[in-house]
Order: sequence, then C-alpha cells, then structure tokens
Amino acid sequence: MGENERQAVLMSGNEACVEGALLAGINFFAGYPITPSTEIAEGLAERLPRHGGKFIQMEDEIASMAAVVGASLAGAKAMTATSGPGFSLKQENIGFAAMAEVPCVVVNVQRYGPSTGLPTSPAQGDIMQARWGTHGDHPMIALMPASVQESLTLTIEAFNLAEKFRTPVILLLDEVVGHMREGIVPPRKEEIMIKKRKKPTAPPEEYLPYRAEPDGVPPMANFGDGYRFHVTGLVHDETGFPRGRGSDGDYLVRRLTNKVKNHFVPMVEEYLTEDAEIAVVACGSVARSAKRAVNLGREQGIKVGLVRPISIWPFPEKAIKDLAGKVRAIVVPEMNLGQVALEVERCACGKAVVYRLNRIDAELITPDEILAKIQEVK
Amino acid sequence: MAVKELLDRYTRMEKLPHIWCPGCGHGIILGSVLRAIQRQNLEPDKTTIVSGIGCSSRAPGYMKFDTLHTTHGRALAFATGVKLARPELNVIVLSGDGDCAAIGGNHLIHAARRNINLTTVVFNNSIYGMTSGQYSPLTPHKRFATTAPYGNVDHPFDLCQLVIAAGATYVARGTAYHTQMLIDLIAKGIERKGFSFIEVVTQCPTYYGRKNKLGSAIDMLNWQKEHGVPVKAAAKLPPEKMEGKFVIGELHCTQRPEYVEEYQRIIDRMERE
Ligand SMILES: Cc1ncc(C[n+]2csc(CCOP(=O)(O)OP(=O)(O)O)c2C)c(N)n1
Ligand code: SF4
Repeated sequence: MGENERQAVLMSGNEACVEGALLAGINFFAGYPITPSTEIAEGLAERLPRHGGKFIQMEDEIASMAAVVGASLAGAKAMTATSGPGFSLKQENIGFAAMAEVPCVVVNVQRYGPSTGLPTSPAQGDIMQARWGTHGDHPMIALMPASVQESLTLTIEAFNLAEKFRTPVILLLDEVVGHMREGIVPPRKEEIMIKKRKKPTAPPEEYLPYRAEPDGVPPMANFGDGYRFHVTGLVHDETGFPRGRGSDGDYLVRRLTNKVKNHFVPMVEEYLTEDAEIAVVACGSVARSAKRAVNLGREQGIKVGLVRPISIWPFPEKAIKDLAGKVRAIVVPEMNLGQVALEVERCACGKAVVYRLNRIDAELITPDEILAKIQEVK
Repeated sequence: MAVKELLDRYTRMEKLPHIWCPGCGHGIILGSVLRAIQRQNLEPDKTTIVSGIGCSSRAPGYMKFDTLHTTHGRALAFATGVKLARPELNVIVLSGDGDCAAIGGNHLIHAARRNINLTTVVFNNSIYGMTSGQYSPLTPHKRFATTAPYGNVDHPFDLCQLVIAAGATYVARGTAYHTQMLIDLIAKGIERKGFSFIEVVTQCPTYYGRKNKLGSAIDMLNWQKEHGVPVKAAAKLPPEKMEGKFVIGELHCTQRPEYVEEYQRIIDRMERE
C-alpha cells in the first residue's frame, strides 16, 4: 500500500492510548474501572490476550499499581490507567516504583476534583499531584497530549522514557483529550523507535542492581533470570540492600532526581513565538483553544504565540525562561485555579508579566476567552 | 542436607546477623520456609519471595532468591503481577498479621478468590512488632497493646476461615513451636497449585509478650505447644475442651481452576482463532 493510500482512523484519545501501548509492546495491564479512563482498561482487556499479553482487573487502584510494578520486575512492559480518585490511591506505589527504579506507565485521565467531584467533567487539576503526589523527593516524568494522535505517540514515548530512565512515567490526559474523537494515522511498527531497559552485562555474581552507569541509570535484570537480587523501598546502596544512614539517603535520592534532571530533554511545542510580544502557555486540550486564539489574534495583527509544554514534568524551564526574556506578557489558561501558572511564574522570574485565566466550572476554555485575555493584556 | 548446605544454598549469609530480637519467632519461620523450599527442590533462580512491611517482612532480605520487599500490606498485589507476568516462577509471599489481615486484608481475600498460584505464609505474632506493639486484627480480645492500654476492645477473626470462605484451595495453621509440622505444611502449600495459605502462630516476646506478661520466649513457645491442638485431636474434643485453644495442621485442601492457567487458556484460544 502506498503512502498516500494510508487510511485515517477515527478514534478517541483513550482508544489511541491503547493503540500506542500495543505499538510500544505492552504485555501487562492491571487496572480498576473509573470514568473517564475505563475505555483504556476495556480496550486492553480485549486486545492484550490476542497478543499473548496479560490483563487483570485488580480489587482497587493500590493493587493495580502494585501488580504493575511486580510485572515489570518480572520483565513485562506494564501499564495502568485511572482517573482522579484512583490516581490518589496509586501514589504510594508510584513512589515505590520511583525509589526501586521500576519502569512503568501510569495513565491519569484527569477529571474534576477534589474527591468524587464531577466524575464526567473535564479538569486539569492533577498537574501538581502528578509531580508531587507521592511523599518525599523523587524524579517524575509526566507527558500531556493535546490531541488523539498525540495520545498515541506520547503513550509510546511514555513507555520509552520509563524503560530508558527506569522510572514511572505519567501520561496525563484530560477528559477532553481522552473522549474526543479525531481521525488519526497510526504509525506502522517499523516507523517507531522502541526503547528497552538496559540489561546487565555483568554475570550474576558481579551484578550490582543499583550501580548507575554514566547516564545515571543502572542496568536492570528481570526476576527469574538468575541474578537473584533484592528490591526494596527502603534507602538502599548499590547492592539493593537497605542502608540506614542519612548520607545513604542523600546519595540515593540525589542520584534518582539527577538521572532525570540531567538527562531528560523537556518537550515543548512552540507556535509563532519568533516575533511574539505576547505568549500563551497552555497544555492538553486547553492548548487547542489557545492555538485558535493565537491565530485569531494574529489576524487582528497582535503579535502573539503559543508555547505548549508536552512534558509537563520535568517542566520546560529553559523554554519558558527564554520566552519570558522575549515577550511582555504571558497568558496561562488552564482548567484549574492556577497550577501551570505557578511554574510559569517561577521560570519567568518577573521578566514578563504572567496573567492567569482559570475555569473550574467544568466548561472548556474557549478560544474567544483566551483571545479576550490577549487583547486585555496587549 | 546439613544445615550448612541449606544456609549456603538459600541464605545471604553476609546479611547476618538478622535484625530480629532475641527470642523472636520470625527466624524459626524463615528456617521452616527454607526447609520447605529445599524439600520441594525449588530452583533458586526461578523462585521469587515477596513481602510487605513489618519485622516479618524483613525475612526476604536474608533469602538468596529474587526478593521483593514492597509497601505495607501490598505484597500479594505485587506478587500477583510477578506471577501473572512470569508464570514459571514459584512465588512465595511472607507477611505479618498486621500486613496481611489489616491493611492488606482486601488483597488477601481477592488473591484467595482468584485461586492464583501463590504460597502465602503469615507470621502471626498477634501484634504490630515493627511499630512497637500496637494491636492488630489478630490481637485477642482484652489483651494489651500500646494502643489498647485498657485491654483490646476489638475481637480478632480467624484468618484461615476467612481465606477458606474466599476460595483458597490449601489452608493450614502451624506454630513456631511445631517446626516439623510447619515445614510439612509449607512444603505442601508450595506443592499445591492454587492459592495456598499458611498461618503461623509465633511469638513477639519484646512487645506482645512483655505487655501481656507472658514470660520469656520459651514460655511463649510452651504456650503454643499447649494451646495448639492438631486437627485430628481437635475433632475428638468437646467444644468446652477447645476453649482458648486453636487448631493446627491442614485445615482445608481442595481443587479449583487456577487463575494464571485459566488466563493462559484464553490466550491459547485467541491464538487459535
Ligand atoms: C502505609 C503504611 N502504614 C503504616 C506503616 C507503619 N507500619 C510498619 S510495619 C507495621 C505493622 C507491622 O505489623 P505486622 O505486619 O504484624 O508485622 P510484625 O512487625 O509484627 O512482624 C506498620 C503499621 C507503613 N509502613 N506503611
Ligand atoms: S519486635 Fe517482636 S516481632 Fe519484631 S523482631 Fe522483635 S520480637 Fe520479633
């Protein structure tokens, strides 16, 4: 079939996440139903056994997260998917995965909170929870797709980053992206790059499961491959066994943090920022309205551009710093009371004025609202 | 096999001495688990030990296998992931009465219901040892704990009856005193396909013993000897003679489809279609 004959397929963001996971080579999923993420579990319940993979509906989200970590240690590419309340429940074991360096993907299709909130309504209230939901300092990677196509590609990327950094990666959809249907062109298997965790080259007697290589990441053996190593959430040394001195904790938590901080390249989309005097910084579905607002603004002769953090964590600090040095004002629309804005303000260092535009009435932020804000701050 | 061979083959000698208090029963249970593993001739490279958090859950650190020390109460959920992802592994779960019956109670019920091929050994010392002596769901009524200074208001439940009702296919109870029986029970639990559950009544002289004036570790072991009644003997005793005592031995052994095999059947069917 020729390139131009490739068919676009109509699907939702949640369905695209399933396709992305399968392309990335997922072979284990554990989950618990919750709106608006359930289609991901349903899709994988159907598809995984057809590919020789395993699906299990656990008794709750705590168990789902635990099973995913266990499966990954046994060598699986493992994922779970949830929304708000379930994301809260997963946090302790997300921290375990970060501490024990177990690659896995956690999808959170954000819904309106706190608590049960408005279960079927969109929100972007989990930006900070994605970063700091589990206790203690820890590394965190979180990606935020803005379209169905990107829901697919970023799911693949989430698996790749998890495997590369040996860390949990969060895919932060919002309800709009999860349920919106768009025509997308899924990539072919041969077109995508798949990253796998580094395997140890040392024989079992010499294997140090937590000795990092220059990229900050230790090679990872699977349970059952003869390495017979120990995994714990306690502070541990290179052997993986507990070490209780404060200095051991200092060394470990800094290494974990730095492996991501020093080697992860933040992902951003920049649109018409070259000559911009005003910028909009928006993520996920809100960035779609923002792009439209930028186009409308340009039609009116306003020099406005858009910066869209794709990796919300680590936050694209440099892109925002550079932006703040260039523009007069930054508008940050988001479906919460100002979470991305906190980061933008931090990075802008007062060099540009940051204006917030927040909605928490379960309605989308429209292009007109963003345009009105742009005109106001012009 | 001599003790030295057992230790060389299955323990991480360099991690000794262990962290447990003098007289603690946890070491006896660890020894029994290792002997059961030896009896079943499990391949060390294909055996994974999973635990939660507690004094008991520190046992895997001394065991020369793939070992996974997880979060409090969640060992069975992690183990479910390991087993389902790699069914050829023998997966053994070690847990405390707090770990397994309180915070992890829901996972216990559901692992039993699925009849997933895991062997679970619960170190029941009737107390939270690691956090210095609070009551657990298995602390008897009116006994003392740091959080039950006027006597425990709660009543304990029978964990073995719970997992039988939930669907476990092999259920037994032993004690740290009756070690030969304990090794037999654990070995059979490993041998049986499906969810196997062995509760082990053991002693925490440091907190439970001291708080309840139960004497030394030896006194507590003697108590186990006098109060644990083997299944057959118990069946012949009138209820009043069983007052304050507990049944030990194999309590339940049956067959039911195992979860991982059932799932594999679906995969095989999909492949044929
Ligand atoms: C989520 C969570 N809650 C509480 C604790 C504190 N904690 C650690 S061990 C433990 C109880 C352990 O008791 P048990 O399982 O009976 O084991 P033992 O120490 O008696 O062997 C508790 C409450 C914890 N580590 N994590
Ligand atoms: S506190 Fe109790 S359970 Fe813990 S090691 Fe000491 S005796 Fe054993």
